[in-house]
Amino acid sequence: MKEVALVGVGQTAFVRGYEGSIRELAFDAYKEAMLDAGLKADEIGASIICSAPEYDKQRTPAGTLAEYLGLNPKPTFYIETVCSSSSSGLRVAYAMVKSGLHDIVLVLGFQKMSEISSADSQERMGRGSDIMWEAPFGTMMPAYYAMHARAHFQRYGTKEEDLGLIRVKAATYGAINKKAVYQKGVTLDQVLTADVIASPLKRFDCCANADGASCLIVASKDRATSLRKKPVWILGAGAATAPSTMSGRESLTGLACAREAAQQAYKMAGITPQDVDVAEVHDCFTIAEMMAYEDLGFAKPGEGKALIRAKETYKEGKIPVNVDGGLLSKGHPIGATGGSQIRTIVLQLRGEAGEMQVKDPEIGLIHNIGGVGVYGNVTILGRD
Amino acid sequence: MGFEKFGVVSFTSQTKAAPFIDHLEKGVLAGTRCKDCGTFFFPPRPDCFKCLSSNVVWSEIVGKGKLVSYSTLIYAPTGFEGDLPYTIALVEYDKKIKIFGRLSKEIKPEDMKIGMELTHKVVRLPNDRITYEFVKA
Repeated sequence: MKEVALVGVGQTAFVRGYEGSIRELAFDAYKEAMLDAGLKADEIGASIICSAPEYDKQRTPAGTLAEYLGLNPKPTFYIETVCSSSSSGLRVAYAMVKSGLHDIVLVLGFQKMSEISSADSQERMGRGSDIMWEAPFGTMMPAYYAMHARAHFQRYGTKEEDLGLIRVKAATYGAINKKAVYQKGVTLDQVLTADVIASPLKRFDCCANADGASCLIVASKDRATSLRKKPVWILGAGAATAPSTMSGRESLTGLACAREAAQQAYKMAGITPQDVDVAEVHDCFTIAEMMAYEDLGFAKPGEGKALIRAKETYKEGKIPVNVDGGLLSKGHPIGATGGSQIRTIVLQLRGEAGEMQVKDPEIGLIHNIGGVGVYGNVTILGRD
Repeated sequence: MGFEKFGVVSFTSQTKAAPFIDHLEKGVLAGTRCKDCGTFFFPPRPDCFKCLSSNVVWSEIVGKGKLVSYSTLIYAPTGFEGDLPYTIALVEYDKKIKIFGRLSKEIKPEDMKIGMELTHKVVRLPNDRITYEFVKA
């Protein structure tokens, strides 16, 4: 099914403390994507702006950004599923183009996490979960994923060292990604001896906050085949949800929303997990990547640890995962993350990933999760 | 009103689930049961999404459950720093009812174990606040 394509991608460097406003941050990614596609603003039929609003001082940023990017009078609107906002945006763009409503739609994800003070950030962290029934106990994202890690350890015999190996891999590739916020290598010993954040997760098990923006341009088949770059086709776009409360979960050893979204995406694309040549998964914490191996079917439940122990998710392995450093090293500017993951796969499929390039991939997959497994998005891309 | 008393920091004051607090005040941890289709809910709620009824009764959670998983926090969000370190947990009771809360500080870290039997007790906090926690069964 090659009817809707990605024709332009852009991403800013992910940094701590971007010295500019959100509109300038957005412009940097927009410019790169527009130059990549060879398009002019008046050719964009509509724009979808994606971020997590709790970090934005600007209310309703879509309108502000549409003006700054020169996209008036075309329609714009805002999509939010926290950390997976721009994957949700891409899925909506796909539907808009596939339906014939627009020929070309732009998806811009951004987050300036440093827009608010760290005290404000700490306050918002407490409200990331269900505010009636879980936040009053003092919950935080790392602690929720830590509960998943402990459940995985208990059921499958996964070890802290296995999670550490995932962090070492992320750092290996962060070191060769000039847009990564964390470009230093990390040793297993460093991961295992770092301060505990929420047991059993330690500092290096957690992703790096960052400021950044990403931009994707989606086009119909007619337009896609006459632009600057070879089109990368959207073959599958799965999306699903799961209860945000832990009480509503069947188990804590995987993410049901990811499994559901993956099944949809595989079915839509007509492929199996074994057909995927390169993947980006939502490694907000090391345990999240381990669960992704299993939820996506790269390994059977409980056997994800064998993949990382054998380095099968390294660039030269059976299924390379997050060879751009992932959220762990590249950084996680919430609204920009999905778009950045998608950009990485587009570059891989075009053969433009430089030092990070995997050998001749034909099919790539993006797994992007919002909240603690509340919103699951799995996108499958392919080249001609 | 009333729900703002729940937990160390509460973010909600107005909810039709506020009788939860009245039950806690009596030492009872309660969920709701739909009178029309019989579905039991924890967290409690005044609306049944299965049959669309808003005809629910409060029903006490009794007995003991097993620890599904837990994590001890070394860093906390604003307002919870004074409690550090504390342990959040998910406990599964009969009929797959899962309850989220904290483990009592009486349980030593070395004694925490997935699968251990726990029960709950109501805890009064300073400033007329109230919550529940899990203790060894």
